[in-house]
Amino acid sequence: MSFLKNSELHEGGIIRESGNAHDYQTGDWRTFVPEFVEENCIHCMFCWIYCPDSAIEIDTSGDKPIMKGIILEHCKGCGICALECPPAKKGKSALVMVREEK
Amino acid sequence: MEQKLVALSGNEAVAYAFKQAKPHVAAAFPITPQTEMMHKYAEFVANGESTTEMILVESEHSAMSAAVGSAAAGARTFTATSSAGFALMWEVVYIAASLRLPICMGMVNRALSGNINIHCDHSDSMGGRDAGWIHLFSENAQEAYDNGIMAWRIAEHMDVRLPAMVNYDGFIISHTADALKMLPDDAAYDFIGKYKHAYTLLDPENPITVGPLDLTDYYFEHKASQLAAYDKVPGVVQKVSEEFGAMTGRTYDFCEEYKMDDAEMVMVILGSSAGTAKDVIDEYREKGVKVGLLKIRMFRPFPVEYIAGKLAGRKAVAILDRSAVFGGQGGPVFIEIRSAMYGQQVPLFNYIYGLGGRDFDLHQVETVINDLQKVAAGEEPKQISLLGIRS
Repeated sequence: MSFLKNSELHEGGIIRESGNAHDYQTGDWRTFVPEFVEENCIHCMFCWIYCPDSAIEIDTSGDKPIMKGIILEHCKGCGICALECPPAKKGKSALVMVREEK
Repeated sequence: MEQKLVALSGNEAVAYAFKQAKPHVAAAFPITPQTEMMHKYAEFVANGESTTEMILVESEHSAMSAAVGSAAAGARTFTATSSAGFALMWEVVYIAASLRLPICMGMVNRALSGNINIHCDHSDSMGGRDAGWIHLFSENAQEAYDNGIMAWRIAEHMDVRLPAMVNYDGFIISHTADALKMLPDDAAYDFIGKYKHAYTLLDPENPITVGPLDLTDYYFEHKASQLAAYDKVPGVVQKVSEEFGAMTGRTYDFCEEYKMDDAEMVMVILGSSAGTAKDVIDEYREKGVKVGLLKIRMFRPFPVEYIAGKLAGRKAVAILDRSAVFGGQGGPVFIEIRSAMYGQQVPLFNYIYGLGGRDFDLHQVETVINDLQKVAAGEEPKQISLLGIRS
């Protein structure tokens, strides 16, 4: 990530570019990480809606959006996606929180 | 230009000055001795003389927070306070300056607690001297009114975009009826001009983020640009003051010089006490004592080179502070001037006076001038003294 110089910043420390949270990587705060179990996914997009960051990767090229997985550079491990993920496939959810081991 | 001669208290005069700027929003909480100023303003709004949206808030912290929100939305905004009210604003006072929001504030100088005291000294605004605001001081209702007009132009200048406070002494100026000349509404508004924002929260086509988390990677750069903005202020103050002088016949600079041309000895002072000092200086001048007065109008940003130039070569300089710096080396004005005078061999000394509204009387000025004469004659000055204290 490159840094702007003093002279390139906006007055008052405001940010004029929108959607730039995606440039700020916060994925190193986690203790738990969501594990994506693709076979249990019904592509309801709850995880994408509820994710407070932009950590859910989706494919919007087809008729319906398809859940692709977790973008780990942005996932803080909050677990909201796993909580909201409906146990739609025989009582099983597509997102499960597991302790991240290095 | 025809100006109306009126009799108003300092609070009323500043209320009129602010009204003439046609601010969109005002957010203030009452505190003595500022209360009367906002009473007057509320009256303007109730009578339909002003369309300013007044936000009733539950504290000064909220008043300054509302002012920040309003100014960030792109509205011309003011507030007013005194003493403990300013102290309660503290956190947000810094934010207003950091976000480069040109909020104007009537600062009716009053002592800080404890013990509780409602009268004048400068410890309130002096506590906030490093917060990033522009500080203008006034000697009387006329100057408070004039600063109340000019503050908008200075703060809102696109090179500046910093908040400004108009300081005037509690009760001594705020509650004393004084004769002053007022600009017609149209002329005042034409001088101040229509409000232009540098950014606004209310433009959905151009969304912005204001006040984001700013850590080790960018905070220092943002402070650097804030420091650089401060450097632009003096030039703007001079330009605006010159224009104002051409319009009104009342000229202003960073300081007022009184009988300074040939003065061997100089008193430096802020605010209403300058009037008292001038009277006594006149008496001493008649006796042939070469004493003058340097009254500081702009304390922040501190006009370092200007003041060092004005005091260069004098035989003795007495600096009077209406606030104390506990544990420091004299009052805030003294600290600034001694630093500005580094390398010069001018004897400087400091008085702390008038705390909690203690009268600054003619005898105290005589004491100062007598001490100046002794120091000018070669006596070693006492660095810091208390003036007008029972001991």
